[in-house]
Amino acid sequence: MRLYEMTACEMAEKLASKEIGAVELCEDIFARIDETEEAVASFITLDREGAMAAAHAADARRMAGETLHPLAGVPVGIKDNICTDGLRTTCASRMLENFVPPYDATAVSRLKKAGAVIPGKLNMDEFAMGSSCETSYFKKSRNPHDLSRVPGGSSGGSATAVASGQLPLSLGSDTGGSVRLPASYCGIVGLKPTYGAVSRYGLVAFASSLDQIGQFGRTVDDVALLFDAVCGPDRLDATSRSFDKPGRDIEGSVKGMTIGVPAEYFAAGIQPEVEAALRQAIAGLEAEGASVRPISLPSTEYGIAAYYVISSAEASSNLARFDGVRYGYRAKEYANLVDMYERSRSEGFGAEVKRRIMLGTFVLSSGYYDAYYGRAKLMQQRMTAEFKEAFESCDLIVTPTSPTTAFKLGEKIDDPVTMYLNDVCTVCVNIAGLPALSIPCGRDQNGMPVGMQLIGPKFSEKRLFEAAKCHERRMGGALPIPAICGKEGK
Amino acid sequence: MARNYETIIGLEVHCELKTDSKIYCSCKNEFGAEVNSKCCPICTGMPGTLPTLNEKVVEYAVKMGLALGCTINLVSKQDRKNYFYPDLPKAYQISQFDIPLCEHGHLDVMLDDEGTQKRIGVTRIHIEEDAGKLIHDESFSGTLVDFNRCGVPLIEIVSEPDMRSSAEAHAYLETLRSVLLYLGISDGKMQEGSIRCDVNVSVRPEGQTAFGTRCEMKNVNSFSGAVRAIEYESKRQIEVLEAGGVIEQETRRWDDMAGKSFPLRSKEDAHDYRYFPEPDLGTIVLTEEYVEGLRASLPELPNARTLRYMREEGLPRFDANLLTENPDKGDLFEACRALGAPAKAAANWILGDVSRILNERYLTLADCKLTAGKLTEMITAIDKGEISNTAGKTIIEDVMFSDHTVSEVIDREGLRQISDSGALETLVDGVIAANEKSVADYKGGKTNALGYLVGQCMKASKGKGNPALLREILQKRLDG
Repeated sequence: MRLYEMTACEMAEKLASKEIGAVELCEDIFARIDETEEAVASFITLDREGAMAAAHAADARRMAGETLHPLAGVPVGIKDNICTDGLRTTCASRMLENFVPPYDATAVSRLKKAGAVIPGKLNMDEFAMGSSCETSYFKKSRNPHDLSRVPGGSSGGSATAVASGQLPLSLGSDTGGSVRLPASYCGIVGLKPTYGAVSRYGLVAFASSLDQIGQFGRTVDDVALLFDAVCGPDRLDATSRSFDKPGRDIEGSVKGMTIGVPAEYFAAGIQPEVEAALRQAIAGLEAEGASVRPISLPSTEYGIAAYYVISSAEASSNLARFDGVRYGYRAKEYANLVDMYERSRSEGFGAEVKRRIMLGTFVLSSGYYDAYYGRAKLMQQRMTAEFKEAFESCDLIVTPTSPTTAFKLGEKIDDPVTMYLNDVCTVCVNIAGLPALSIPCGRDQNGMPVGMQLIGPKFSEKRLFEAAKCHERRMGGALPIPAICGKEGK
Repeated sequence: MARNYETIIGLEVHCELKTDSKIYCSCKNEFGAEVNSKCCPICTGMPGTLPTLNEKVVEYAVKMGLALGCTINLVSKQDRKNYFYPDLPKAYQISQFDIPLCEHGHLDVMLDDEGTQKRIGVTRIHIEEDAGKLIHDESFSGTLVDFNRCGVPLIEIVSEPDMRSSAEAHAYLETLRSVLLYLGISDGKMQEGSIRCDVNVSVRPEGQTAFGTRCEMKNVNSFSGAVRAIEYESKRQIEVLEAGGVIEQETRRWDDMAGKSFPLRSKEDAHDYRYFPEPDLGTIVLTEEYVEGLRASLPELPNARTLRYMREEGLPRFDANLLTENPDKGDLFEACRALGAPAKAAANWILGDVSRILNERYLTLADCKLTAGKLTEMITAIDKGEISNTAGKTIIEDVMFSDHTVSEVIDREGLRQISDSGALETLVDGVIAANEKSVADYKGGKTNALGYLVGQCMKASKGKGNPALLREILQKRLDG
């Protein structure tokens, strides 16, 4: 067995007992990256030197007898919209192709403090706008289970790296499903924490009121380990909150829990194999001692509309700073200031980003604000209230993460509206600021993984981990790392 | 002019607050530092950075709101005002749009020597961040940006259109500045851009109740500039109307050097700032206790002090106004009074020689070593006839910038007056003997010759003779 095949918890244990060294582990990780990167294309930037230095440091401290954080020496990949001091952070955009931040995101500084090793920065949809990882300016990541299929997005590279065994853990970001969707498509575990659970400082903002840094791993325990290391209040993020951290001691029990199943998430359009896998998983949880009850979340159908209004509005403002003045892409030739702005932004941003900026600018415009942004915010209040009411009668809500499994590269990229519908099961969670986790619950006839989404009330991550681990045990553990054949896949 | 017109003025005043750090990051809030040395990834809007609100800014803004009699909104929010400009690194300014911290206040300004006050409505006060500064210089091509000012906290104070003349507007601005200084929340330095204002002007024929169309003038950087801008704009609008024209609603740029305003943009070209709630910052929630605590901490405000000086100290309005303009002058005045200095003399010295000496050197009281003790000692010495008023001028200039006491300077410079009548009589006799013609003139009825003779006596005493005593002795000799 190769070192890369271990879960993060196994690595942590063996590092702590000095059974393996961080340098040795890091070398195997880079060997695995070298074997698979051409096929899956997870990384935008690799940092062998920085990673090896961190690994040496972890080993040296352990050899000196220090007791370190469990993540000391464990490789963790970072989505390329999370700032890393001195390491290029591109947001998968031409706009930031050469942007090297002089600061770490809080989540990154916490990982570094823990002694984690950061092998590189992971591919994504440009500025996290996309559901397939195809809008990246640099490359298209591929689903390790079938290289002709998308990994899902926007945190596609974070998911492919973990699913293919390039990394045990990674950070992504989730604004409307960008952690859960690729976790589902790639057959791994992905957590979108409660809004405010993880500091957003250093996460390049897409939609500030919806963005959260999420965690990927192959097992529930791995995700809990990573979440534990990065969560908690931060004085640099006014929207971060203090709460009882769930810790890493997950029993895996659903005894006495009531699980709500909302009819709206099993509506027309759902792939039959997805529904079947979900029904079976729900029955399994029931068998483990949970009670299951049907619930209704009637505003679900407005989720996509409200999401694209709110997120695009905020994005249009957040991305306005990329104007070519101080950093990032600046057009080579321009006639005057306004021309410089227009050319730099026209040439620096891709089509999807421009589409959302225009949409967001429109919905905030004088005379349209109330009709669009105002109504979307009202819908946000209604959805939040519906979830709150639902959680009066159940502890958790179970839905599919996506109505379908991973689709083919190029299949939806020219049809934005169809692409946006991938997020139908995930966006409402962000709108209501709730935590949700996606975990594999079977495969379709092509062998592509199906994802189950567990949604809880605010700061109920511990409950999500318990139910997910119970399910994981029933499934016989994590999905195995798929064999990756050649460049083009099966 | 066929008709008489009334000018309607409203002012939007931006004032930098002198907090230690900036509004949304921990950078020092300092004027005059080396270019781009007081900025960080947060105030320069680098990707991924987030603002966190400096609570001192809220405190200062609420104090101003309370001083101006505003309603304090216990829940207010911050909003983004979106526009592109190279001095605005996030391409939006964090401000307050529909729910400001303070609303519905007023400022009373004094318009005449009787202390008649006019109440100017204050629509709202909100907090926001300042932008950077563009630097155009011929020594290099293009434009550079200094981000030191980015994130400097501002309050914007918006008045009702309640002013009717440039004099009222000037009084409003001066009073507003005094309040800021009394609260200790701003240094009030116009020349450093601590206070800037936008001026809204419209005119209407006398007797008309509806307001005319208003024009807003930007880039007004001094109170006297505001007066000039109002007078220019009012005249311009009246001329347009008298010529049968129509006033277009527009924003104009005031050019103080040229003494003219120029169209900047019309109503059609007005920016759509696409305001929306700032998602990176929560709502600002205050408690009644917090607000009442700040209310209890407010000092006596300049208007109340002016009225007190007029009514209780018997000072004319002009003097009272000047003394209360800055808190430090009033404080010095009151400290002198407490030590027994007469009101009129203390006011005269502070507003006269002391202010002149400071103005010549571009200094304030805080920059010099004058104390109430020194000033009162000197005033008392003059009162007792120990020194002359002229000697006082020498003394004050010395003690303002040294650690010397008043009596040390008197002794060192030999300024003590000769009040010994024996010595003065000898001196007077000498002068009478040497000025036969003037003595004859005086005796012949030219009483003003006495002044000349007193002057000669002073000269003979090398300025040290007590002029009152000399005059008395002289008169006695001549009349006797």
